[in-house]
Amino acid sequence: MTTQIKEYSTEPLKIWDEAKELRRKYYEGYLTAHERGGLRWAGGAWSFSAIPAGLGDDVYCLTGEPYGATVAFFKDFTSKCHDATEATGFPRTLCAYMRNYWGSILLDKYILADGTIVDHYPAPDFIWQDHICCSHGKWYQVVKWLEERKGKKVPMYCVDVSVGYPVDENLEEYKINYIVQQLNDGIEWLEKVTGRKYDDKLLCEAVWNEIRATRLWAEICTLNQAIPAPLDEKSMYSLYVMGTLMKHRPECVTFYEKLKAEVENRVRRGIAAVTNERFRVITDTQPPWGFLQIFREMEKYGVVSLGSLYTYGLIGMWDYRPDGTWVPRELPPRKPQTREEALKMIVEWTVHRPEWAHFYLPEAKTKMMLSIVKQWKVDAVLLHYNRGCEGLSVHIAENRLGLLEAGVPVFPFEGNMGDEREFDFPGTLARLTSFFASMRLKKLRE
Amino acid sequence: MITAGVDVGAKYVKIVILEDGKNVLTRSNGIVGFDVWKSATEVFDKALISSNLKHEQIVQVVATGMGRKIIHKKPPINAGEIFPEVIADAKGTYRLIPTVRTVIDVGAEEGRGVKVGENGGVKDFVINERCAAGAGTFIETMARALEVGVENMGPLALKSANVIPMNAQCCVFAESEVVTLIHSKVAKEDIAKAIHDAMASRIASMVLRVGVEKDVVLIGGVARNPGFLPPLKRELNTEIVVPEYPEYVGALGAAILAFEMEG
Repeated sequence: MTTQIKEYSTEPLKIWDEAKELRRKYYEGYLTAHERGGLRWAGGAWSFSAIPAGLGDDVYCLTGEPYGATVAFFKDFTSKCHDATEATGFPRTLCAYMRNYWGSILLDKYILADGTIVDHYPAPDFIWQDHICCSHGKWYQVVKWLEERKGKKVPMYCVDVSVGYPVDENLEEYKINYIVQQLNDGIEWLEKVTGRKYDDKLLCEAVWNEIRATRLWAEICTLNQAIPAPLDEKSMYSLYVMGTLMKHRPECVTFYEKLKAEVENRVRRGIAAVTNERFRVITDTQPPWGFLQIFREMEKYGVVSLGSLYTYGLIGMWDYRPDGTWVPRELPPRKPQTREEALKMIVEWTVHRPEWAHFYLPEAKTKMMLSIVKQWKVDAVLLHYNRGCEGLSVHIAENRLGLLEAGVPVFPFEGNMGDEREFDFPGTLARLTSFFASMRLKKLRE
Repeated sequence: MITAGVDVGAKYVKIVILEDGKNVLTRSNGIVGFDVWKSATEVFDKALISSNLKHEQIVQVVATGMGRKIIHKKPPINAGEIFPEVIADAKGTYRLIPTVRTVIDVGAEEGRGVKVGENGGVKDFVINERCAAGAGTFIETMARALEVGVENMGPLALKSANVIPMNAQCCVFAESEVVTLIHSKVAKEDIAKAIHDAMASRIASMVLRVGVEKDVVLIGGVARNPGFLPPLKRELNTEIVVPEYPEYVGALGAAILAFEMEG
């Protein structure tokens, strides 16, 4: 007896070109900011990016992790970056994004979204960073030092956000105030180092943009609960990235509003990301960026990767219901009107970031993954033991055990998000084939 | 009905020809040369001769092992279907020992741990990644360093009762450790035991990731090495069963799968 495999209609995302254009503009905007009299700042994707927005509309940022991922995608350039960092004396066991980023500075080359390499790395005017991951603060200390070697002094401000993870409750007031006070001090610092007057109205606008954008992304991810899934994770990487680059910008809100409308439309019409969807998986942590074709290989088995705690919770903001379900986080009742209100609002919002949970509690991460498994109707979880990111890989083996105890099949694989020397593509593919075979999945097409 | 299972491993091709999914008519093996297809074909011909069969009499062939794709739907073997090693291992072991719950397969290139369900299906598995320290090649490399035939490594190790810690994480570093031990005039049998202890420790820590449940069965070419079993038992703190013809279990599983396909 042969089982009929269902075939869904599929079509490319209409918003695709707009996504590419937005990303292109972002990297070029940072590069050419000085030509327009603007300012450049550097920091992590998790930094409170709405705060420097109060310095004016001509302030451009370059967030480090997406830049490191972009470098990783273009393997020749990555390899040169690694050579440069290792020749400087940094070990290859450090964060791969960080090494890619430093390598780019050391080579004095800047890479654009399409892989174009531009001479002269555009140094930031200041660094605005947060610190939760073991590498984040140190990352920019080294950037400062590397720029100093080239003769440019770059002032740096780092916000300590390691106040614990509230899971499904509110954080104690004094912890919130601890971060709010750092941001207040940070605004004074920004005025001092840039010589600009700070505009609270722009701050309120940026905070509200960030809150809306990060909720919108959660709403888009929720739509992937549909069968067939309207989005696959490989495509989602190109979409969630806007939230890591410019979550505080109005362009990001507009983009996610349009995307949400398009994905809703796909769900209504039953448009699938993978035409033969018959097995739903989620992953965890960043993928090995140079080998995204692994997702296309999975599709040959009718497997769709719906996302991950990483793609949903790195930027998307969620509420946890008492029954253990996840819903997009409820918006505050109104847009902030004052600096005080804006800072408190963005801190209270940010501390609930799902991807921060595992820094404190592996159980919280397992719990969230199990919620995703249940709500998104997931059949198995692929865990990337990512040697390139200590932060997101911490406790991952415990998450594996938690998932297995709950009866969820798990496929762990070793790799590195940004250093291809640590990812064995054919070996991983062979083991993945074994895993799918153990799930009784056969290849549907070559 | 006659079916065949072909296990195209990293070092050897193993073939089992089966009658009615039960009776083993023949077992054959041969070294894998540079031309894998040619090696597999030669072993297949050898198996046909020893079982006095013609190819047309074999209703279905299933291939497994790392080189399985090379003979998939390609004449003359024409394997009709391919299965990953973990599936064939579980199938073959379950046939021989239905009480099996954990299969440990140590071959030339890979070490695997397979958790087997009550129905013989694969519940979970683990495979060593990017490291030869948990595979037969490790012992072979060390045998060269000790100037001992690989077949003598196990018996040599059994002569020693001494414990010498050795790096089990990397074959290359382990080799330099062996060289250091040779220069330090450590007895060959002690070094041989240290090598087996290190490999057993590596395999045990890998298998413990999926959990060890009785009955535990060791298969693959390394199961024939008498020096490997005692340290593995010690590391896992359990009895371990080694079936007759442990290196053919994957091929047997493939032959059974071929029978089931036709059934």
